Amino acid sequence: MTASVFFGCTFIAFGPAIALFLFTIARDPLRVIFLIAGAFFWLCSLLLSSLVWFITVQISNKESSSQQKGLLIFGVVLSVLLQETCRFGYYKLLKKANEGLLMLSAEETMPISIRQLAYVSGLGFGFMSGAFSMVNILADSVGPGTIGIHGDSQHYFLSSAFMTMAIVLLHMFWGVVFFDSCEKQHWWSLAVVVISHLLVSCLTFQNPQYVGSLVPTYIIVFLLGLWAFFCSGGSLRNLKLCLTCKDKDFLLANHRPR
Amino acid sequence: MFAEFAGKILEYFVERYRVHFVLDVSCNSVAQKIYVELNNTVPCVRLLNATHQIGCQSSISGDTGVIHVLESEADLEWPLSKGPNPPYMVLLESSLFTKSIMMKMKNASSRVAGVVVVQKTSPPEFSPHTTCPNENTGVYTETYDHNLAHCNTTVWNPRGNGLSYEEFDSPVFSLKEDNETEVIKQCYFDHNRVVNGSGLQYPLCAMQLFSHMHAVTDTATCMRRSSMDFSTSPVMVCDPLGGYNVCAFIRPYNSTAFGHKENESVVIAAARLDSRAFFLEDSTGAEGSVSGFVTLLAAAQALREATQEAPPTRNILFAFFHGEVFDYIGSSRMVYDMKNNMFVIDLDNVHSILEIGQVAVRSGTNLFLHSDPVSRRNNTVHDEVTNLVKNLQSSTAGLNFSLVETDFSQPLPPSSFQRLLRARAIPGIVLADHQTDINNRYYESFYDNAAHLNLTYPSNLSPEEQLEFVTDTAKSLTEVATAVARALFKQAGGNNSQVNKINADPKTVTQMLYGFLVRSNNSWFQAVMAPELKDILQPNPPQYYVGVAKSSHQANALTYLVQYLLANLTGTATNLTQSQCKKPDELPNESTYLYSYLWVQGVVPPNSTQRESFCVRTAVRLVKAVSPAFDLGDYISKEYSTWTKSQWKFIKARIFLVASRDLEMLTLGVGVAVLFTSLLVTYFVRTKADVLFSSVREPNNAAY
Repeated sequence: MTASVFFGCTFIAFGPAIALFLFTIARDPLRVIFLIAGAFFWLCSLLLSSLVWFITVQISNKESSSQQKGLLIFGVVLSVLLQETCRFGYYKLLKKANEGLLMLSAEETMPISIRQLAYVSGLGFGFMSGAFSMVNILADSVGPGTIGIHGDSQHYFLSSAFMTMAIVLLHMFWGVVFFDSCEKQHWWSLAVVVISHLLVSCLTFQNPQYVGSLVPTYIIVFLLGLWAFFCSGGSLRNLKLCLTCKDKDFLLANHRPR
Repeated sequence: MFAEFAGKILEYFVERYRVHFVLDVSCNSVAQKIYVELNNTVPCVRLLNATHQIGCQSSISGDTGVIHVLESEADLEWPLSKGPNPPYMVLLESSLFTKSIMMKMKNASSRVAGVVVVQKTSPPEFSPHTTCPNENTGVYTETYDHNLAHCNTTVWNPRGNGLSYEEFDSPVFSLKEDNETEVIKQCYFDHNRVVNGSGLQYPLCAMQLFSHMHAVTDTATCMRRSSMDFSTSPVMVCDPLGGYNVCAFIRPYNSTAFGHKENESVVIAAARLDSRAFFLEDSTGAEGSVSGFVTLLAAAQALREATQEAPPTRNILFAFFHGEVFDYIGSSRMVYDMKNNMFVIDLDNVHSILEIGQVAVRSGTNLFLHSDPVSRRNNTVHDEVTNLVKNLQSSTAGLNFSLVETDFSQPLPPSSFQRLLRARAIPGIVLADHQTDINNRYYESFYDNAAHLNLTYPSNLSPEEQLEFVTDTAKSLTEVATAVARALFKQAGGNNSQVNKINADPKTVTQMLYGFLVRSNNSWFQAVMAPELKDILQPNPPQYYVGVAKSSHQANALTYLVQYLLANLTGTATNLTQSQCKKPDELPNESTYLYSYLWVQGVVPPNSTQRESFCVRTAVRLVKAVSPAFDLGDYISKEYSTWTKSQWKFIKARIFLVASRDLEMLTLGVGVAVLFTSLLVTYFVRTKADVLFSSVREPNNAAY
């Protein structure tokens, strides 16, 4: 649809991700490494799920539309499960790596905490997932035409961009909650993460009713965001203090010697 | 390589993950949802000569415009001034494809992105050619005769509007009336119609045309740019036009011995092969060229037996010239070869010439004999011409028409004979159906087709039955062919008693007319063609545009058809096997110096499926027809044709919907807003991170 739509959709889809990367990750090389490793793990999960998809499509009956429908649902569910499995695998790997890093580093404390790792790995997953979702669509949005000549909805680009933004944020929140629940052995919250991921993916089957898929997704983003905030040490009191700018007094008052 | 494979799988899967959930689960990429490609388009391309560039050009990234279907000439105001969403892509029907409308759109090129012409009904008359065809390369120059130059006495094509020789800055494409055009019209009616005076609602249906031409200015410039590349494979920017002439002597000469032949006198019987139209790939040419060369082919067949039984004193050369529309490429090449001893005979051997012009659209029962008044001022030439006229007029005895000489002061119509006259004052006659200006209302246009010649077949006939059906046009052309054959026989000094046995065959003529104007893929053409060339036969008529001169020895479909037909009609079938046909010199009585040996498919006998292929011995040869200007390197030549065709990378057309500018800007605005907001929020959260995330859960591991 021309360059303005291209840039508009890019900023919508990757704006939060870029902002987060610039301000919180870019300065610290260790975080960058873990981000990229997280992206790699997401790619592995996608590779596995697409192998399975490819094989099943080839052996399926291409003419039968109900079979193809079922195959698509199966593919989506399998991909979600594989992504979460890879997230768990990454968690295990990071735990092992943390011990090794502790031995190598000169300081007594760990250079990067598991909570930070949760955030960084979730963002890595989000980046890669968003890239794969959006890049093809962005490439076609540069041309002069927009979707619609076959009767489809015009808002495809915009809603894809918003969906991608939601997915990026969601992966970040899921990462935080997932690692936190693995640390505390709260298996029920793990299950909630997986179920919410499945829910969001299955909501996309409502397209082209974009309202039907985007609104519930953003509700889930908001809820998960709150949960991740509480998991990572936030509380309503801290929020109120920040917002009313009384934080300086608070810090001084709470300063403890280490 | 594994990464590529993995990448492809990933892409495939991700597209499925993100795509709309539709029942038809074929691989729909996003581009397929946006664009509809148009496949059956014919573009107008750029041609260049020594001084000008003509034709159409698009910008390098294509020209996009909102589709507007033009309903009348008054409706032109909408794209030119009133319409609120320029630029427009104007879609018009063939009846509106006139010079005035095209010129108005040419002048408003900022608002008109391109033109698409939909071929529908024929207008009553239309000729995009110039009024005086080939005026600078014929024989009538200022020095030859001042009064006759530049069509001062007779304007041959008064209906000509010169549209083919205009230069357009925007692409012009042509579409047939088929499913694709229906899709375009449906898109237009759904999205682009003005509803009761209210403005147009976005999204609008738009079209993009790509036809970027590499060559500019003129032939000299583009040839210079082509040769500037120093790599081993030079990149050509334009290609010279040209092809092959088809020549056959009734008594062949040694094809390796060039130059003057002692005591040989040759009568040339000439016709033109090619035609053009505004859209070059859509050239028909029923009256313009087919009528002439089909008559000559039938005459050649009629003469076969008589000349074999009692060979006349003079030789006869049947010459079919290609590229005549573009400043006489074929005939100027033959004259150049004759003058420079590169042809088997030279100009001194030429006794006289009879050319068949446009002969199918008569305004009465007569046909007319045109001659050149300037050369006839010489008494010898005048006597010879009078003798030729006498031979011609006596040949119509017993036929249903007569031949009338035209007015003495009238010059020759555009014909290959003019190029021979430029070299030498040779006596000659051009046979045509028009007395003064031409009868062809569709000269060098797309509408000069079978319908123009009234070639109608009863509707209940199958294609093979239509092939055999003798139409009235075929009957009249047969009579002309008979007269031509008899006149040629007499002119060549043949025995007068044999003349009445010379008759053209109406069945051959009607089969040729069907094959050249209706469908070339019929059983007779299949039988006369070589097995390796049978794919050039299509369910449509062949293309009559001369095309570019290929460096390999490949001619276009029309040339091969005429070559193999002439071989079949004038040659002899031999008993040679296929391998002998390839190397006949090993046999005692065969000689490739005199003849060429062609292996042809033959007919399918009724009770079998195998074709009875055989070897034809024929005197037909293909002679290269490229303008001498390219051999001489003289790209600004005024003497020879300098026509070239530009090269291009790709030509395509597609339609899609465009969104309003406001929606695009809104998207960009929302994106920038989202980016700024997220930058601000992230900065805020980062600076306050100590406070926000300070509820310590692990007492000893506070490491922020």
